[in-house]
Amino acid sequence: MSNEGVIYRISGPVVTATGMSAAMYDVVRVGHEGLMGEVIELHGEKAVIQVYEDTSGIRPGEPVLNTQETLSVSLGPGLLTQIYDGIQRPLPTLEKEMGVFITRGVDADAFDLEKIWTFEPQVAVGDEVVGGQVIGHVQETDTIIHKIMVPPTASGTVKSIESGDFNVTQTVCVLEDGTEMQMMQKWPVRTPRPFQQKYAPDTPLVTGMRILDFLFPLAKGGAAGIPGPFGSGKTVTQQSLAKYSDAQLVVYIGCGERGNEMTEVLDEFPHLIDPNTGKPLMERTVMIANTSNMPVAAREASVYTGITIAEYFRDMGYDVALMADSTSRWAEAMREISSRLEEMPGEEGYPAYLSSRIAEFYERAGRVETLNGDDGSVTVIGAVSPPGGDISEPVSQGTLRIVKVFWGLDAGLARQRHFPAINWLNSYSLYPQSLDQWFRDNISQDFPEVRTQISGLLQIESELQEIVQLVGSDALPTDQQLTLEVARMIREFFLQQNGFHDVDAYCDIHLQYRMAKAILSFQDAAKSAMASGAQLGDVVNVPSRSDLMRGRFEKGYIDIIDSMVDTMTAEIAATVEDN
Amino acid sequence: MTGKEYRTITDVKGPLVFLNKTEPVAFGEIVTLRLSNGTIKNGQVLDTSDDLVIVQVFEGTSKIDREAGVTFMGDVFKLPVSTDLVGRILDGAGRPRDGGPEIVADQKEDIIGAAINPYSRQSPNDFIQTGVSAIDLCTSLVRGQKLPIFSASGLPHNDIALQIARQAKLKDSDEEFIVVFCAMGITAEEYNFFRSDLERTGALENAVLFVNLADDPAVERIITPRLALTAAEYLAFEKDYHVLVIYTDMTNYCDALRQIGAAREEVPGRRGYPGYMYTDLAMLYERAGLVKGKKGSITQFPILTMPGDDITHPIPDLSGYITEGQIVISRELHQQGIYPPINVLPSLSRLMGSCIGEKTTREDHKSVSDQMYAAYAQGRELRGLVAIVGEDALNERDKQLLDFSGVFEDKFLRQTRDEDRSIEETLDLCWTLMSSIDTKYLVRLDQKWIDKYHPDNKA
Repeated sequence: MSNEGVIYRISGPVVTATGMSAAMYDVVRVGHEGLMGEVIELHGEKAVIQVYEDTSGIRPGEPVLNTQETLSVSLGPGLLTQIYDGIQRPLPTLEKEMGVFITRGVDADAFDLEKIWTFEPQVAVGDEVVGGQVIGHVQETDTIIHKIMVPPTASGTVKSIESGDFNVTQTVCVLEDGTEMQMMQKWPVRTPRPFQQKYAPDTPLVTGMRILDFLFPLAKGGAAGIPGPFGSGKTVTQQSLAKYSDAQLVVYIGCGERGNEMTEVLDEFPHLIDPNTGKPLMERTVMIANTSNMPVAAREASVYTGITIAEYFRDMGYDVALMADSTSRWAEAMREISSRLEEMPGEEGYPAYLSSRIAEFYERAGRVETLNGDDGSVTVIGAVSPPGGDISEPVSQGTLRIVKVFWGLDAGLARQRHFPAINWLNSYSLYPQSLDQWFRDNISQDFPEVRTQISGLLQIESELQEIVQLVGSDALPTDQQLTLEVARMIREFFLQQNGFHDVDAYCDIHLQYRMAKAILSFQDAAKSAMASGAQLGDVVNVPSRSDLMRGRFEKGYIDIIDSMVDTMTAEIAATVEDN
Repeated sequence: MTGKEYRTITDVKGPLVFLNKTEPVAFGEIVTLRLSNGTIKNGQVLDTSDDLVIVQVFEGTSKIDREAGVTFMGDVFKLPVSTDLVGRILDGAGRPRDGGPEIVADQKEDIIGAAINPYSRQSPNDFIQTGVSAIDLCTSLVRGQKLPIFSASGLPHNDIALQIARQAKLKDSDEEFIVVFCAMGITAEEYNFFRSDLERTGALENAVLFVNLADDPAVERIITPRLALTAAEYLAFEKDYHVLVIYTDMTNYCDALRQIGAAREEVPGRRGYPGYMYTDLAMLYERAGLVKGKKGSITQFPILTMPGDDITHPIPDLSGYITEGQIVISRELHQQGIYPPINVLPSLSRLMGSCIGEKTTREDHKSVSDQMYAAYAQGRELRGLVAIVGEDALNERDKQLLDFSGVFEDKFLRQTRDEDRSIEETLDLCWTLMSSIDTKYLVRLDQKWIDKYHPDNKA
């Protein structure tokens, strides 16, 4: 059998070819226009192919060519700041080639192959190198050094090494066995890149969002799921994470979502400054945009394209965060392809392998010792869009089984305009134990205790609220009324955060701690004042408390918050004498 | 191969015809069927292979037998487009319905429509004033947005859609919209209502109507919105018009989709709707927006009726995940006699942030909108509490909020069907209504706007 076959059948994005030798996941070119596709099933002589572009107008009998390669991404200098579709074609190049509408049959290099980069060697002739070892540096953007690594499968003695200006396809290093290395390498997207070992995560991914960092922290190298119905703020949360989290690199996958939303990101990111480095955010970002009306098979591939790029940067020793918005669209793409293959469905029409695919994807997150001996991590944050907001459906359940952090978005909170609309009662993080040491060492010795007190107050509030619903708050004893007041302060002052506000959108972790302490100081001051006879109404209404609460919208809050707390406690103490 | 007629039909099932032994037929190719009584029907290829071709027949398969002749037209479905479309009424398959001549085509466009490159899109940020206070204040519409109306049977969504179509304009601009109206499976009565209203206001001259009524073939509904959007894209991106696409009723469209899925014996997703319905709907809704370097725009107003008023039903649910917000019509408000009965609480415009404020509407818009919403939400919640403990148990603040929720519905929401309120009128009205609440409870208003706009300070 040869590499060339003919089309036998076309059914939407699924094409069947005959007369061609093929192996699973071979990339093929379909029809006279050479549409890109991937073999996903073999039936005797027939190979079933999912095609990444629109198939209308294609006829049986047209040729199919097997490239005998697997679906791969190009990795090398030039990746950063790029905007790709699901199969790593840069969208600006596609615009140049075919105008504003995406037609088909156009190939595009993942990045400029001619661009000259300055290669600084890190090894010398005669050095022994192994797969994954760094042989040179390229300053790709102001903040990121792109480390050129030996492909994971190669090793040997350096015969020659270059230094100076090269493009990505020129050979910069040759090994004794004749292996030539360029700055660009390829890696198949469905195969995780190798590493030496996985470590237990011990550092938080600081996001600048109070409810996340303080109550439900995510570790670098961890995985989190954000399920929520439409309109509850999944995308805003994901975008905030992409903007402000303290990862060194961000891979953002817009998977089957709105076109205008991607445009907003594309417009906004180049103008935003990374609060951790002071450089434009785009310089640390790779984007993958496969909107809901782009071909469904490419949507299936987009999450793999994204995570492979993330792993590549991890292997350089970076902390990478990957956002996938939304994994439900990815799962639906699998469902669509599966139903075209007439596979026996599992739950709700999803294929039976759905949960194992989800698990495999999230398992590519982790903090690892790289082949080069560095410490790198990939943190995965996946949005889930459960139908009707009901998380008993297969995608949410498959995700929750594997991730250790659950940020549950709540339509009710969104409707009250409480943002981020993350429900503090049902969300969870399993990382605090492994991260507490970091918080103690870097923020404050009593950080975990403060967290417990805050979440305890919220728990008590939810119990008291049930009583209030029945009898009204005036019927409660004053100490419980105070608890309600403190809990309200936690919700309005601490948990609510305006993602669109210049100052409030990002909250430093040290400031988060002091704000939490300020709430507890209020509680203590109020308790002791009331024990000495002060009225709840007077205590709650001291003007300095609203000053304190409003202060979070002002720059330099962290410098004055402690003195504002002192003023507040003094005013509260004074309410005793007024009586 | 065009012109060759096959008589190889093996099976006919629901809207589908199966035939074998043909020349290679393209996926998506257009097909004509000639029945023994001379009737001509049209269809499209859904599945093609060397042995078997599946054709979906738009006009339904009634009277098709195994003797029917099938001709493949050698091309995918295309709509002839030109500016002559404006002012015309076409049927659900794009043929004249108004007795006028065939459309003389400038060009023919593939009705499937290619996806707009996200990189080539332009962010929508021009505020459209609809003259409906609830929409302008709380779910501001932007040119290039897709904002569906989630309604249910027996509610006045058609009146609201028409009122918006009549009144929609950019603030301080006379630029008019071209309305592309797409009817899918609505009754002749509803259609006449739309047409006569458009005729009465003279809007028909600036409109293109694609009409598939309840007694027209259901399968045709699959292509009707695609024709409408193809026309809209041509007018917007080739001819620089601002186009407002109204399509009703998406629920009928989805049911037609389900019908075809069932006939193909596909594995169904939720409630029998096909698993690819999200992608399918996205291919319609995403054909809205603005693109760089083009003057025109497409704004979409899909109308859907939620079966059983259930917002978690797959049709509103999947739509909500694709569209940029939703306007929810409430039966409760309608029964209280309030028009337009828009429930602002679950309604949302995702693009609102980009189109309101000092430069476009008014500096206090955001602040006022937040406060009106919050006060109404709290007032509504208190109604539940009052039902249990009685009004006397409320404190002063709660009493004011409770009263406000009634005023909100009666004075703010309620307006007549031809009342066109400017955004300034709407905002001034809000300030008047909010003055019934003690200022110290209006915590979401910035002090500087209170100083400037509050009636107490203005006098």
